[in-house]
Amino acid sequence: MPEDIPNSHRTGPDDQGRFGIFGGRFVSETLMPLILELEAEYERAKTDDSFWAEMADLWTHYVGRPSPLYHAERLTQHLGGAKVYMKRDELNHTGAHKINNVLGQIILARRMGKTRIIAETGAGQHGVATATVCAKFGLKCVVYMGAHDVERQAPNVFRMKLLGAEVVPVTSGRGTLKDAMNDALRDWVTNVRDTFYCIGTVAGPHPYPAMVRDFQSIIGKETREQMMAAEGRLPDTLVAAIGGGSNAMGLFHPFLDEPTVNIVGVEAGGKGVDDRMEHCASLTGGRPGVLHGNRTYLLQDDDGQILEGFSISAGLDYPGIGPEHAWLHETGRARYVAITDAEALEAFQLCCALEGIIPALEPSHALAQVMKMAPDLPADHLIVMNMCGRGDKDIFTVARALGVDIAG
Amino acid sequence: MSRIGTTFARLQAEGQKAFVAYIMAGDPDMETSLAVMRGLPGAGVDVIELGMPFTDPMADGPTIQYAGQRALAGGQTLERTLEMVRRFREGDTDTPIVLMGYYNPIYSRGVDRFLADAGAAGIDGLIVVDLPPEEDVELCLPARAVGIDFIRLATPTTDDRRLPAVVRNTSGFVYYVSITGITGAAAASAADVAPDVARIKAASGLPVVVGFGISTPQGATEIASVADGCVVGSAIVKLIAEGRPVPQVLEAVAALADGVHAAGARAPAG
Repeated sequence: MPEDIPNSHRTGPDDQGRFGIFGGRFVSETLMPLILELEAEYERAKTDDSFWAEMADLWTHYVGRPSPLYHAERLTQHLGGAKVYMKRDELNHTGAHKINNVLGQIILARRMGKTRIIAETGAGQHGVATATVCAKFGLKCVVYMGAHDVERQAPNVFRMKLLGAEVVPVTSGRGTLKDAMNDALRDWVTNVRDTFYCIGTVAGPHPYPAMVRDFQSIIGKETREQMMAAEGRLPDTLVAAIGGGSNAMGLFHPFLDEPTVNIVGVEAGGKGVDDRMEHCASLTGGRPGVLHGNRTYLLQDDDGQILEGFSISAGLDYPGIGPEHAWLHETGRARYVAITDAEALEAFQLCCALEGIIPALEPSHALAQVMKMAPDLPADHLIVMNMCGRGDKDIFTVARALGVDIAG
Repeated sequence: MSRIGTTFARLQAEGQKAFVAYIMAGDPDMETSLAVMRGLPGAGVDVIELGMPFTDPMADGPTIQYAGQRALAGGQTLERTLEMVRRFREGDTDTPIVLMGYYNPIYSRGVDRFLADAGAAGIDGLIVVDLPPEEDVELCLPARAVGIDFIRLATPTTDDRRLPAVVRNTSGFVYYVSITGITGAAAASAADVAPDVARIKAASGLPVVVGFGISTPQGATEIASVADGCVVGSAIVKLIAEGRPVPQVLEAVAALADGVHAAGARAPAG
């Protein structure tokens, strides 16, 4: 094959940290040397067997990997089409895929001699995962969380505090996830010497999108092996929910160069993707822009001001998306769709009733997409959806949405 | 020579230091901020730094954050900021104007269109916080090509290895951020700043002004005496936030200007 024709979707980013035009390093000069140092350290770690050996050991004994690939038999029957599998990353320690990435970054931070870890969190899952690993390694941990999210995610705030983290409610801007990320960046710019910024998704300046993807790719690698063992072949369709997009990228990346594998990313459609902008579907309803260190699709107004997203799921409530997803969207390698709050709630309940699994609201979006697709597909079509988090954290939100009072 | 070049050349000939004053365009509304802007040269300001409001100002402390929020709430847009500059230029064709802000509103407008409009409005330079030298092809090089200065921020983390890259495509002057931190934080001391200023001057061959954390006339004198000038932002924006009438704001600006210019009288530029 001629070398000048791109024949792989797995070689990005380039040395400027770009996936096509997306990605890059749009940060202030103060942070630039830190980002270059991190890149150099990650490049070293990536080819260091002892780094991956430490990861593998903790994945096995601390996180509980590999997570099962589970055939959802009753759901499959109910939908009456494709054979549905779930990648059970909600069974990880701390209840979501977030810890896969946090472990990698904290091990890296330790190698760099950093003693203070900062993180941003929306629903609190990344914050809890970061607080957990910091407790395990005896590192100081500061978590920035939108004041609004602190209020609606009280159990996770208490968890983080139990784990020894300081939780800083962010009141700047409108007090949401993007503002928490702004304040984490402000902290980092102030405490450059001892602090490591542990970003929770495949966004931010290079090398974060690639690094977080690499840590989350364990999801897709396991899925590949497990599907070969179960069915003797690759899956036909992958479906995953996307806020920033780390669980999706983790599942998708090992399959990007398999032309037979159909890839579907599911954004949060909130109350519907239209002019009211009450959604978080950056690809479906946004356009390219620059925020938080990278160029990607963003929800923004005509003046380039960033808009707040809206979703029933706090974990999807982010106006951007990882740059690699933006690129996969433009190249057409992956297809991106939006699922509304109402559809996700329906999927949430169906999953509880048919499979005895209480899913988080994030993967409920992926499940809702599976419910749309599966009935029209043949019985030998293999779908894998990423069950990236468990729903314990969401029961109050769901109860409220269903009009049930469980607070008293 | 550009207005920025002319201004620094004149100041140097006079043995004077440059006073760079920052205000947020449209804070709290366009007419008020235009009135403040029009009064700045008379109050002793040598270079005007005009903030472009952005929803997510990651390098700014609360004072500038709130200023941006007030401006946006008042309906400020990039278009209106350009209009402000056009109206300012009707009465002042000499004072250099540097737009300062973040990349997305510029990118959203389109770089070529923005540069054409900015040049026509009478803008002399740009400071874009989230465009490090690694991203020079985005805006820095196109701006230089149409004669608009691209003023770089150098910081305490900019080491000797990195400094040449940081100053390579910069023009007009270099803005030394004296602390690792956000705008409006505590100031660095003149003694800490002096060696860095010398290092950056040698590497760039450009005037170096120092900013972040300077809030009093005395502080301005101290810092300006070891640099080519200094920037005051948050301290002025705070007065606007308090709702002080324009003449009172300008009075305080004049006191800061006197502070900066006292440094020139004390330590003539060599």
